[in-house]
Amino acid sequence: MTVYDLRMTVHYDFDRPTGSGRQLFRVMPADVAGVQRVTQFEVAIHPEPVEQLSFADFFGTQVIEAAMPPGLTELKLTLTAVVERKASEDGLDFTPARAALADEIDAYEGIGADAPHHFVLASPRIPGDAAISEFSRAACAGAVTVQETVAQLGEAIHAAMTFDAEATEVDTPPAEAFAARRGVCQDFAQIMIGGLRALGVPAAYAAGYLRTEPPPGMKRLEGADAMHAWVRAWTGTRMGWVEYDPTNRCFVGGDHLIVGYGRDYSDVAPVTGIMRVDGGQSGSHHVDIIERTGAARTPG
Amino acid sequence: MDSTEAVKTGQGAADAGKGARFAGLSGYHPPESVPDELVDADGKVRPHWQPFIDHLHDLTAEELVRATGRADQYLLDSGVFYRQYGLGQSTERPWPLSHVPVLIDQEEWDRLSAALVQRAHLLEALMADLYGPNRMVTEGHLPPSLVAGNPEWLRPMVGIEPASGHHLHFVAFEIGRGPDGKWWVLADRTQAPSGAGFALENRVATSRAFSTVFAEQNVHRLAGFFREFRDALLALRRDRDGRVAILTPGPLNETYYEHAYIARYLGFTLVQGEDLAVDRGRLMVRTVSGLRPLDVLWRRLDGSYADPLELNPQSRIGTPGMLSALRRQGLTMVNALGSGVLETRALMAFLPKLAPHLIGQTLALPNIATWWCGGAAERAAVLAAPKRMVLSPALGTGLPFDKAGETTAAAGLTAAELAARLAADGPNLVAQEAVTLSTTPMLVKGKLEPRPMSLRVFLARTGDGWQVMPGGFARIGASPDPTALAMQRGGNAADVWIMSRDEVPAVSILPKTTGPYRRSAPGALPSRAADNLFWLGRYVERTEGMVRLLRARNIRVAETGPATPLLETVDPILLGYGIDPEEGIPQGLIATLSAAVGSAGQVRDRFSPDAWSALADLEKSARRMAQRVTPGDDAARALSALLRKLAGFSGLVHENMYRFFGWRFLSIGRLHERAMGMAEMLCVLADPEAPPGALDLAIEVGDSILTHRRRFTVAASRETVVDLLALDPMNPRSLRHQVDGMLEQILALPGVSTYGELSELGRAMLRCQAEMATQTPESLSTEVLEAMRLRIAGLSDLLTEAYLR
Repeated sequence: MTVYDLRMTVHYDFDRPTGSGRQLFRVMPADVAGVQRVTQFEVAIHPEPVEQLSFADFFGTQVIEAAMPPGLTELKLTLTAVVERKASEDGLDFTPARAALADEIDAYEGIGADAPHHFVLASPRIPGDAAISEFSRAACAGAVTVQETVAQLGEAIHAAMTFDAEATEVDTPPAEAFAARRGVCQDFAQIMIGGLRALGVPAAYAAGYLRTEPPPGMKRLEGADAMHAWVRAWTGTRMGWVEYDPTNRCFVGGDHLIVGYGRDYSDVAPVTGIMRVDGGQSGSHHVDIIERTGAARTPG
Repeated sequence: MDSTEAVKTGQGAADAGKGARFAGLSGYHPPESVPDELVDADGKVRPHWQPFIDHLHDLTAEELVRATGRADQYLLDSGVFYRQYGLGQSTERPWPLSHVPVLIDQEEWDRLSAALVQRAHLLEALMADLYGPNRMVTEGHLPPSLVAGNPEWLRPMVGIEPASGHHLHFVAFEIGRGPDGKWWVLADRTQAPSGAGFALENRVATSRAFSTVFAEQNVHRLAGFFREFRDALLALRRDRDGRVAILTPGPLNETYYEHAYIARYLGFTLVQGEDLAVDRGRLMVRTVSGLRPLDVLWRRLDGSYADPLELNPQSRIGTPGMLSALRRQGLTMVNALGSGVLETRALMAFLPKLAPHLIGQTLALPNIATWWCGGAAERAAVLAAPKRMVLSPALGTGLPFDKAGETTAAAGLTAAELAARLAADGPNLVAQEAVTLSTTPMLVKGKLEPRPMSLRVFLARTGDGWQVMPGGFARIGASPDPTALAMQRGGNAADVWIMSRDEVPAVSILPKTTGPYRRSAPGALPSRAADNLFWLGRYVERTEGMVRLLRARNIRVAETGPATPLLETVDPILLGYGIDPEEGIPQGLIATLSAAVGSAGQVRDRFSPDAWSALADLEKSARRMAQRVTPGDDAARALSALLRKLAGFSGLVHENMYRFFGWRFLSIGRLHERAMGMAEMLCVLADPEAPPGALDLAIEVGDSILTHRRRFTVAASRETVVDLLALDPMNPRSLRHQVDGMLEQILALPGVSTYGELSELGRAMLRCQAEMATQTPESLSTEVLEAMRLRIAGLSDLLTEAYLR
């Protein structure tokens, strides 16, 4: 188990004082039994909100809700937390053949947050795209099991795409990013989700953080200085959900801290807000995740 | 149909001698394959129709035209319209009433009502399950994809318990009578059913046309239903001073007329999303008296638009934080957000099977036979009998034949095509039995003709459980074709009369009185409504000012020709308002008038229909005149006519509007605009440098010729004109009079004076009035006038800042 110190800030400046506004922040790392636990946290919002609440959304993400006073010229949220993360182990591939997955999806009863049914169809930010579907079919032609499908598609997208923070915006549709073969983690993830869904594999958008500095001797991971995004795929009744990071071409282990899952970016956007602004606004995020040295590091 | 012929031609023959008798039932031939509401299979008039048909027979053709004309006149006078979208434009259309009501026998109606109440219970139970434990999906009674893939299933609403304990409070069902004579449900309306207000208007119009038969026969009245629903909504408030409001998407919505009408009829505030705010878990309405809590919101917009923060982020008509308030049970939403999911067409395939699980009963009234093509057995059933099947989107809502292009007749496909389509797209499709409807009489060119019809029936949850409106909204097909496709091409609306065998009690919307009378406090005025009233006042006054100036100008053009120094002095004023003085009725004038109509349209619930008609008529007249009126004498006369119509509107408002905040904002708008106009005119026309004739023009535009003559025996001088038009408090057109009036109104606004301490607006207003009251004709130079004008302009900004944001 690894213990991380997380510190993240979101900062907005407004050209002109705004009317009253209400903001939702999805930045709090999740508590996932046996995987991740938040042992301490503190949220500071500046200026002082009229009211601050938190609730869990449909997919279980902790949402911080803040009603801001009118006349804002800036808005700043600082989150500090201590998070324990257990590395997932690589297991044997017991996932079914891709062709058999549809029946397993059908057999899944219920539509709770973890049900694959939410993640099979197009979603607001990931409508179907013929080019992504075709690329995915070709990339996974040799994959038999669902897990192989996930890995091969992830590798193919990683190979085809160039990480480029300047190429896309937060609203860029995955089809556009894919056509340019450029983008950031959000684009990589949404392209892969669209591809998996086209192949009949339920796929969710995972939002969270990456450790800032790699363990000794390892390469620094892409996307570590802001919030990160990757893919969660449902691989059948026995193995359930697996997580894959196409930006870094790996199954998710102990370096990723999860905040929440959704059908696409819009379900887990870090900041959702309606400001009655006439003028412009500018914003920045900053993330630091440092492994606690000296903290108990359980073997394995 | 032979016997009909026999019976009715007998009567027809007897009438033939008198000439222009109503043609009656001769020629009324319903199709054999479907039942008719009026005549039975043998062609005999059904008993509950007989008195109505007898009444028609007593009318001459001319009387019948007059009777239906009364209904049309009513609809025209009250401005009933609906909005039609097409080709990127939306236009208001007159209401297409079919004058002959649909008559239904009380006994049949009672059976139908009981079955619809059962269905409402079923939908409530299903809603509670879909947004709660989701037992129906988990236990395998409902396919998960119909819920998880449904855009109307609003995930953020899952787990939110409604404050009232119920999700549904007002629902409607589309029903039709099938070939076997039995009713079935064609569609469930649970999102925000419209039509109840139009049903009321249909009723008023139809009873105007057939007042005697309506009065003599035992037709159930509608008012009781609305009264009970209103009382039920009022009972959902937290306390007596709580508020109920109707949430509308705004005047561009196709049924906005109805929203305003219902709000007026029931006495509820009509609000839009921007009027609302959420404060510490409670829904508030922004009013001129500050934020006021709203306890109950009857929404007339789709649930996904209600909160851009947690639902559709594109929504510009929602209220951020609405979900937050619902999570904390800070209001009762009628109906709960997410109720649109119940309208899903594919659910009809499952409701009969869900009923025993959800309410422990089997459905008393069937819905249209539906197969969800996601199941193998269902696909096989469709392939086995494709002839009578219609395919449409599984997650579609509304009537299967309402959206052209959405449905495909399976019979139009080859067996292979059908099989391929079902295999490829099964889960996204439903097959439904093609609908045929019963026919009912409609008056077409003075004769009764059978036309297909469907009914929309409304149910409201009251203190005594679900109540069914005894009547409804009938849709009548545009052609005799009894297959439902005829309904696609427009059609008409008709009233529905439930015919009792016993006398029906007279009811009114007024509440039952219990306990001593207590005058209720006037409702708070939403800031947006205040803003629209303020601007309505300004636009109407601006129009009047322009009309007066234009008229004076055109009289001079007629007398002395267009190019005089006087006109060159006047024209910049007009140009400053975007008016081209050379036009007879300038487009700029019409634009101002349209802006007035636009502002009034935003607050239609606060106007009498008479005032609204007067204003709409004014705009129409101006447009008509603009097409033919030429500058000069012709224009001067047309402008005089417009001035009289303006006075008519002002009179209706002034004489009839309740003297509360709404009226104050309207008045302040008028006073303010008149003050600005007068100050500007005096700056130009009373300036020492103004050309000859300017002072007389000022007196004329200021409508003060007689007073000036009476008060000053001398000819007009700058002093007499400034005294009369600027300083005389007794002259209702003087600057001083406007400023005095504004002071009076503003001091009566909420929050202006707190224990004698004036607000910023109050102080500025008082200083302005004092300044004005201490001027003399000598001291009020053009420069001082201009400074005064700017101070008055500043008052508008202060007012906006304090109340209208």
